[in-house]
Amino acid sequence: MEEFGQVTLKLLGGFSSSVFLFVLTLLLSLPLGLLMSFGTMSRFLPLRYLSRAIVMVLRGTPLLLQIFVIFYVPGLLWGFQWPSLSTGNAYFDTTFSNRFFACLAAFSVNYAAYFSEIFRGGIQSIPKGQYEAGEVLGMSKGDIFKKVILLQMVKRVIPPLGNEVVTLVKDTALANAIAVTELMFQAQQLLNAGLIYPIFYAGAFYFLFNALVSFALRKTEERLAYIAV
Amino acid sequence: MPYLEVKNIQKSFDGEKILDDVSFSLEEGETLAIIGRSGCGKTTLLRCLNYLESIDTGEVYLKGEKILDASYSKKRKKEDSFRRHFGLVFQSFNLFPQYTAKENILLPLSLQRKYRQKSGIMVDENSNLDEVVLGLLAKVGLEEKKDLYPSQLSGGQQQRVAIARAMALSPDVLCFDEPTSALDPELTGEVLKVIRELKEKTRLSMILVTHEMAFAHDVSDKILFMKGGKAIELGAPEEVFASKKEETIAFLSGYRHSNPSE
Repeated sequence: MEEFGQVTLKLLGGFSSSVFLFVLTLLLSLPLGLLMSFGTMSRFLPLRYLSRAIVMVLRGTPLLLQIFVIFYVPGLLWGFQWPSLSTGNAYFDTTFSNRFFACLAAFSVNYAAYFSEIFRGGIQSIPKGQYEAGEVLGMSKGDIFKKVILLQMVKRVIPPLGNEVVTLVKDTALANAIAVTELMFQAQQLLNAGLIYPIFYAGAFYFLFNALVSFALRKTEERLAYIAV
Repeated sequence: MPYLEVKNIQKSFDGEKILDDVSFSLEEGETLAIIGRSGCGKTTLLRCLNYLESIDTGEVYLKGEKILDASYSKKRKKEDSFRRHFGLVFQSFNLFPQYTAKENILLPLSLQRKYRQKSGIMVDENSNLDEVVLGLLAKVGLEEKKDLYPSQLSGGQQQRVAIARAMALSPDVLCFDEPTSALDPELTGEVLKVIRELKEKTRLSMILVTHEMAFAHDVSDKILFMKGGKAIELGAPEEVFASKKEETIAFLSGYRHSNPSE
């Protein structure tokens, strides 16, 4: 029983890293994705083609490869070191290592690319009449987007966005590849020490967390049900 | 000097002439009905007046002041953003689905106030926008529906909210683009009734693109019949309906037998 308690604590520690990675990635990639979607729809052609090229590369190569590139290549080329937290607090300093931040960067740009395509689809699916109504009512372009289009777009993109968000929960396990101390990292350490069950136990963490995420997504969808689009 | 004067408007899309030298004028408080087959350019004409399309040649004057010509650019539009000369009621309502009836009307009003304040234009802080909105909803008979979302309203009610919204910024001329074409026949009556009441109770100048011939005949002061982008006939309803012109007779005869009265 004592061992189970220790395993649980270790996995919880790893899980908290995974959750940090998940939440911070969402916070960064959602706005970045929206910006990228504007880029891919821009009327300024160089920006449009550049944005599309970036999206193609980010979607067209493995996330794992992108993690390696972002973590190792800047150091090899320019001697750049990813920063890390040094608060003196052991938990924070191991969790928010330079590896963590490299991973966060890789996840954020990769997911932003996927999100940008979802946002683009969402924005382009809003009928032209909504823009025209705003125009005729003297609204500025920015206000038409913020006050009229955005929420309708959000409603439309929640189901495809939800798919990506659920995938992200599981993709945080890829951070293990550069030894970020997340959930899979901890489970693997226990496995190396001869304990098999923590790997299944870790699976339950992901599963339950995703159940929670799915529930939240469904609730959000229900809350927006009054918008008929 | 007429209240609204539209002079020699031309508009082509991909080399095809959609508006071919269209001119008309309107006195304050008058209603002009524009009739003609689908594709005759009547909707494009309304879209041009509402700055949704540019024009190739021609001019539009309101109270003697030029408000639209071919040089009218997006840049100039920005400067003019709080001078809405026209209001437009769309065929497909285009209400904002995430806002209640009241909020749909309030949004342009509050934004307009914001823009004015930003540009240093004096704003009457005491004027209560909520009251303005309720007044507008009362004009279309929908005060009690103020807190419902568009999805909770019938098509006819949605269009009535859209009419109230189009009046929110007190346009000089209110335009209707086939306001009942997207409605089930049993719902057209309530919308036509609202338009008729506006005509009778206010001094609003209106341009009405419609397929409702009986209604156009009853409610308008002038009728413009268009065909192939050209203004074929312009005159009082009795004149146009009694016209001897071949094209007008051919067009109207299509309606005589199935007179779509409201």
